[in-house]
This record gives sequence, C-alpha cells and structure tokens, in this order.
Amino acid sequence: MRASGILNSHQVPFAAEASSASLKRTPLNAEHRALGARMVDFGGWDMPVQYSGVVDEHRAVRTAVGLFDVSHMGEILVSGRGALDFLQHMTTNDISKTIIGQAQYGAFCTPQGTIIDDIIVYRKGLDSFFICVNASNADKDFAWLQKNIPTSGVVLENLSDDYAQIALQGPKARELLAQVVDIKINDLKYYHFSEGKVFGTPAIIARTGYTGELGYELYIPAASAPGIWQGLLKNGAQFGIKPCGLGARDTLRLEMGYLLYGNDMDDARTALECGLGWVTKFDKGNFIGSEALKTQKQLGISNKLVGFEMVDRAIGRHGYPIFSSATASVPMGVVTSGSPGPSVGKNVGMAYVSEEHSRLGQEIWIEIRSERKLAKVVKKPFYTQGTAQS
Amino acid sequence: MTYPAHLSYTKEHEWISVEGSTATVGITKYAIEQLGDVVHIDLPKMGASFKAGDTFGTIESTKTVSDLFMPVAGVVTHVNAELANAPELIADDPHAKYWLCKVTVSTAVTGLMSATEYEKYIAEDANH
Repeated sequence: MRASGILNSHQVPFAAEASSASLKRTPLNAEHRALGARMVDFGGWDMPVQYSGVVDEHRAVRTAVGLFDVSHMGEILVSGRGALDFLQHMTTNDISKTIIGQAQYGAFCTPQGTIIDDIIVYRKGLDSFFICVNASNADKDFAWLQKNIPTSGVVLENLSDDYAQIALQGPKARELLAQVVDIKINDLKYYHFSEGKVFGTPAIIARTGYTGELGYELYIPAASAPGIWQGLLKNGAQFGIKPCGLGARDTLRLEMGYLLYGNDMDDARTALECGLGWVTKFDKGNFIGSEALKTQKQLGISNKLVGFEMVDRAIGRHGYPIFSSATASVPMGVVTSGSPGPSVGKNVGMAYVSEEHSRLGQEIWIEIRSERKLAKVVKKPFYTQGTAQS
Repeated sequence: MTYPAHLSYTKEHEWISVEGSTATVGITKYAIEQLGDVVHIDLPKMGASFKAGDTFGTIESTKTVSDLFMPVAGVVTHVNAELANAPELIADDPHAKYWLCKVTVSTAVTGLMSATEYEKYIAEDANH
C-alpha cells in the first residue's frame, strides 16, 4: 500500500507525516503530541489531522462536543477613522449592516471578482474590526489590505502570532463553556461575539464555527492556549469532549456545504461561481470586484459550484474530472471536495459543473482512476440536523 | 503487535501466503492503523492478470487514497466480496478473515520479508 494522492487540497495537502523542523507550530503543538495525534504538514503548519479517528471525532462534534486547535488561522485588526469605509471597499458583504458585537461572513475579491480569501469580520467598534482569515492567505491578505489602505486614518495590525484560536463545537459546547467563562453565554446569539474571560484569561468569545453545530471560537493570547486547552478537556470530560483534528473539521464542514479556500474556491473562480452571491451586496456601493461581478451576473455564469452525492459505490475527490455521460470525451466539470459524510451516510462532495448540468437531480459522471462513476447533483447542505442556530 | 509467521510481507505493507499454486493477498494491521477509518476498497476483477509490483486496487480512508501492490505475478481467482459492501470490516481481522484477493501463481515468491523482518521494518518506519 502506498499513498497515491493524499487528498485535501492541491494547495495545502495533508502531505506526508510531519517531520520537518521548518514547519510552523501553534502554541498547542506539545498538547497534540502528548495526546498522540497524528501530525501532518498542512500548508506549512505542523497540525493534528486526527486523534482517535476522523469518524469518531466527527460523531463527537455532532452528538456531544469537540475541541479543535485552529491557531494557524490568521487574525488582522483594522481600526481607526475610515476603517468601515475601507472594509466596505475591500469586501463583498455589507459590513454597515452589522452592529458592535456582531460577526459577518464575506470575502476579499480581486478586481476580476475572483476570491482572494473568505473571511469572518467581527465588529468590535464603529471603526474597529477583527478579521479572521485563512492560515495560508494571512500574509497575502495583509499585503492586499496594505496596498489599498487610504493614506491616513486606518491602522492595520497583523495579530496572527499573538492569538491562538480554539474552536469548541457541538451541542454540549454551551453547557461546557458556561462553566468557565465570565459572560452570559446563554445570551450570545449565532454570529455574535463578546469580549470576556475564559478561565480568567481575556478572550474574544465568538459564536461562530465551521461544523454546523452549536459552537464557539475562542480567540485567546497565544501564551494562554495550553492552559485553556487543558482546562476545556478536563471540564469537558463529563460532556464526552474529544480533541478533534483537521480530518474531522473537513468532513464536518463538507456535510454543511461550507467552502474551503484552496479547494472549493480560489483566485480563478468568482464569488458568483462559487456560490457566494448571498454575501455579495451590490447595493452597498462599489467594492473591489463589484464591476466584474455585476457584469457576470448580467451575462450569466457558465460554471457553478454544486453539491453531489455518489450513486455508484465510490468517492469523488478533489481534482477528479466530471463528464456529462458515461462516454462523453471532454470533461464539463471538476470535483473540488469529496469524502464520505459520516452523518449523512453517503459519499458526498462539491464540484464545478457547467450551468446546463447544475440542476438538482442531474446525473453526472465522475472519472475515478479511469472509470466513470455515477453521481447526481443534490442540494446543500447535505446534513440538515445541525444545532448551530439552536 | 506480533505479525503471523506464516505470512510474507512487502515494504508497501501487503502480506501474502502461498499454498500450492494459490496465493492469498491482504494488507497488514500496520497499514490499516496508518490509514485510519477505511471507507472504500477497490478490488480487481476476476481473471485479471498482474505482474509482481503492479497496482491491483486501491484502499481509501476518509482523507486518503492508497494503491495496493501485487507481491507476486498471478491471475485473480477470488476477491473478498464482503469488503466491497463493508470495507470498514477489514480492521477487525486484516491478516486472516479479510484477505483482499486470491491469485493463481506460476512463479516462486521472492524478495519478501518474514514476520520478524517486517516487525523490525515497521518499527523503523514508526520512528522515522
């Protein structure tokens, strides 16, 4: 047996076992090793892919609670007079609609309307925004903001090294967190956050996540991460908490149809093609990419991202070509993410297909090691029982 | 973990046992542990012919796809159909009940490791 292609992303693959000393480490690296995690090189970071097993961890998040180290993610603070106007110009969503203490999903686009990164903006003040960005894009994003910043007023800070990020996700997350925070956690609504304390340490406690379950993302000072991690595991034991790796994070987000940068979207696909139209707000005024996206919206898109489930027994994975029939000679699409969905009991995925093959129920053929396997276009999310908004 | 002495092992973690002209081929417990949850196994068609070292199928975990290599030249006479429907079972007994395929062999099996040699090999692999 030899791995013939280890699959998560062409850009940030779960490559060989991590052994290189040159990999970046989160403040929780020693915790992962002590817990016996399998570590991999994830986009230059030495990260845990699994502890007890992907499916076991996945089920813990759907039924109890899971703990993820996502400290590799980047954090950028944008503040000062004009910060709101600046971000309105830099992002697709309408940040003026948020109130202080609210979070919002959106994207940075190129002038062509393709995706530089997908982000969560946390509004800390009228002109103060904490932005969570993808690990592998953090430096690129910061440079892009810097390049476009107005001559005075707005201050940019790359806080990626200062913050660790721990995600606590699952139906028991609230009950667990209630024991260790100083805020009224029951009052914290979905996509809102509060600045409080976790085990006495100052933290941004955000009700956001990437799993579809009730959950929180904690932005904490890097040095405090090991103590908070250990404390959550200890206090979480009564709720059946499990440490979870990037493997379960990926199957959980896929079941929800959440996009992963580098897999499902990149700077070759526009916000409309990858289905981010719902966070692209033309009525807020011009932003970088808005002209191109408006034009594309008028002309119609020729390719779009859809969900699919396998009909044949097989798994369609990232990069596999898609055909309109068992015999068609030219591919009309490509798989961007695919794996078993442990909670849906099917092999599912996402793919770009030509517009005429994007209708629900459409049969598509995925070429897997020279054989065409039948799949069909289905609605996202694949998993509909999530507790995220409960 | 002690590996069965009556099996021979490859560096790619397949095992083989030969009785007369029939060889049974599987993959090792170590390979399964490295993979994690096995979610799909592609096995060859009956009658398919392979040279030693050929890829004869694939085994997939949630996150990975790995090729399976034939330790010896032969023609496939049986595949373990139970694994097609329930691939995860392989973890329960990879060295006996959940073999992958049987092949008719015409040449002697050479160049493989004994159980003792394989145990040493994977110990080094694990410390790598």
